[in-house]
Amino acid sequence: MHIVVCVKQVPDTKIIKINPKTNTLDRRSAPAILNPYDAHAVQEAVKIKEKTDGTISVLSMGPPQATAVIKKSIEIGADRGYLISDRAFAGADTLATSYALSKALERISKDLPVDMVICGKHAIDGDTGQVGPGIARRMDIPPVTNVIEVSEVNQQEKTVLIKRKLTSGYELIQSELPCLLTVEKEINDIEYSPMPNMIKAARYEPVIWAVSDLENVERTQLGLKGSPTIVGKMFTPPRPEGGIRLEGSSDEQVSQLMEVLMEKKDLLTIQSSK
Amino acid sequence: MPEKFDVIVVGAGPAGTSCALTCAKSGLNVLLIERGEYPGAKNVMGGVLYRKQMEELVPEFWKEAPLERPVIEQRFWMMDKESVVQFGYKGLEWATEPYNNFTVLRAQFDQWFAKKAVDAGALLINETVVTECIVENGKVVGVRTDRPDGEVFADVVVLADGVNSLLSKQLGFHKEFRPDEVALTVMEVINLPKEKINDRFNVEDNQGCTIEIFGDSTKGNLGTAFLYTNKESLNIGVGTTLSSMIKAKLKPYELLDYLKNHPMVKPLIAGGESAEYLAHLIPEGGYRSVPKVAGNGVIIIGDAAQLVNAIHREGSNMAMHSGLLAAESILEAKHREDFSESSLNIYREKLFDSFIIKDLEKYKDAAHTFEKYPQYFNDYVPMMNKAMSKFFTVDGTPKREKQKQIMKSVTAEKGTLRVLQDLYRAWKAVK
Repeated sequence: MHIVVCVKQVPDTKIIKINPKTNTLDRRSAPAILNPYDAHAVQEAVKIKEKTDGTISVLSMGPPQATAVIKKSIEIGADRGYLISDRAFAGADTLATSYALSKALERISKDLPVDMVICGKHAIDGDTGQVGPGIARRMDIPPVTNVIEVSEVNQQEKTVLIKRKLTSGYELIQSELPCLLTVEKEINDIEYSPMPNMIKAARYEPVIWAVSDLENVERTQLGLKGSPTIVGKMFTPPRPEGGIRLEGSSDEQVSQLMEVLMEKKDLLTIQSSK
Repeated sequence: MPEKFDVIVVGAGPAGTSCALTCAKSGLNVLLIERGEYPGAKNVMGGVLYRKQMEELVPEFWKEAPLERPVIEQRFWMMDKESVVQFGYKGLEWATEPYNNFTVLRAQFDQWFAKKAVDAGALLINETVVTECIVENGKVVGVRTDRPDGEVFADVVVLADGVNSLLSKQLGFHKEFRPDEVALTVMEVINLPKEKINDRFNVEDNQGCTIEIFGDSTKGNLGTAFLYTNKESLNIGVGTTLSSMIKAKLKPYELLDYLKNHPMVKPLIAGGESAEYLAHLIPEGGYRSVPKVAGNGVIIIGDAAQLVNAIHREGSNMAMHSGLLAAESILEAKHREDFSESSLNIYREKLFDSFIIKDLEKYKDAAHTFEKYPQYFNDYVPMMNKAMSKFFTVDGTPKREKQKQIMKSVTAEKGTLRVLQDLYRAWKAVK
């Protein structure tokens, strides 16, 4: 079983500042971290590997310092790491990113065929969730999004049983392998990495590929050139107003609350569309 | 199968990193373990980095290290409630290479420094707490961390785990602190535009100023305050021994607030924005508090060995130098393939032969004297302020008459004998 996990280095958006003039992220104001959803993706690969044995590779695209997130993934339990890094990749939107990553996946699967690709649900800096499904489409394998549990992996039958999160409830589906999963945070808890992994990660030098190391690459589909996305406008959403504070005795507060609820009852009706 | 290294260094502060760097440069297999998210994440100092000991580790480090400003002026303030007697030195020879010392922000500097050790081949592991030394047959053979499968082994374990060295306490090298052996320092980093700093401290862009403040800065308790200039921020802090804090029922943050609102200090920091608040213990027991520094398979360096000269605000340089001496000793021990206490004790000899222990020995009674006889901070600083005020106030009194009055008021308050006694005692403590 060869699992490839796609990871991204992102600014820690919990602390990042937004430039009030340009409305863009001030990336210097926050440390770069492994996208939290991707950390869960690596952890899930580790859990699957515990049951099925095999190899976990991580793949990222970014500047040379993005090797840090590959090392972090090795700490969690990945075996190998690949970074594609080249000026030609710069300025890529989700379309160009998924193209570049799928080309790198092609190269990886030449060494060792890939049985499963796992991505985080989305990156916390862009929040699009498009790169995972984009890779699946290009590799022509089924994309399974919003995964909250990998219940069973059957290596003989080459199938996998998966729970997907829906707006109300979940869906249990079976997919053939290879397939691509994008995972939610609740799929697992990140474990405290064992010491041998830490030592391995500290020593690890990821493989770094430039465009010239990949095969059959259409250069016009890379980076800014291959990115049709145009950012129309960026703005900081207004802070939500602070709600109503109910005062008085508990009876008074209850009746006030009932009034509010009755007023907004349309919002509360659970719609049963099916 | 747990791995075995030549050396495990616990703590990636100035001491640990120096040791790891020096060992790695000589080809030893080094594991450097840091509990913080990154080196420097948990480290605190007022902010003066001395050139000399750093240069021995990374030649011409000022060309690449993240430094704030080279210090070209050092001021000393004897502060009373509404006045200050100051002296100091400013020299432009400190504004050019090789410089004398620098202000630094530790979160940045320590990361850079640790990277030097990593570049030299040391393995750095962050976010990992060493819970204890593994002792077999009376010899330290490795460490146990809080991680799963967390044991790692080495010929020598170097404890650079800071002032409150739990690991050396576990080994019985240290006893628990007495409150007069440690100071508690609190400090703030206050953001202030470069131009304002340059104007207020009378310096240019790449020039810095340090002010050490005695007297009312600690409300007369044994300790000091400081105000240092960074590129676009100020470090302001104050520390006193725990014992005097307990005796005076002082809360450290109250002391810092008091200092920030002191009329002599307030205008210098006005309009600044608090960016960070830090607090840390400083080992100030000096010579008499230095523990056993070498054992079977183990060496203790830096704050963990209580190597701080409180009088001269030197600590990080001593830490670095002790790390270097430890590394040299380990290399010699490696050559002999003997890591027993008697072999590693060469480190103790080197340490006692260096400026570190010589300086600590010189001031071995200083802190004790000043703590036991609080009049130095309580009485003499205000007295000095009054004397200067009297002397420089032009009121028609002849100068000779003024001198007489001043001398009289000093001896009248204390008695000539007491004054002479105090002077002699102070001289003896620092001679």
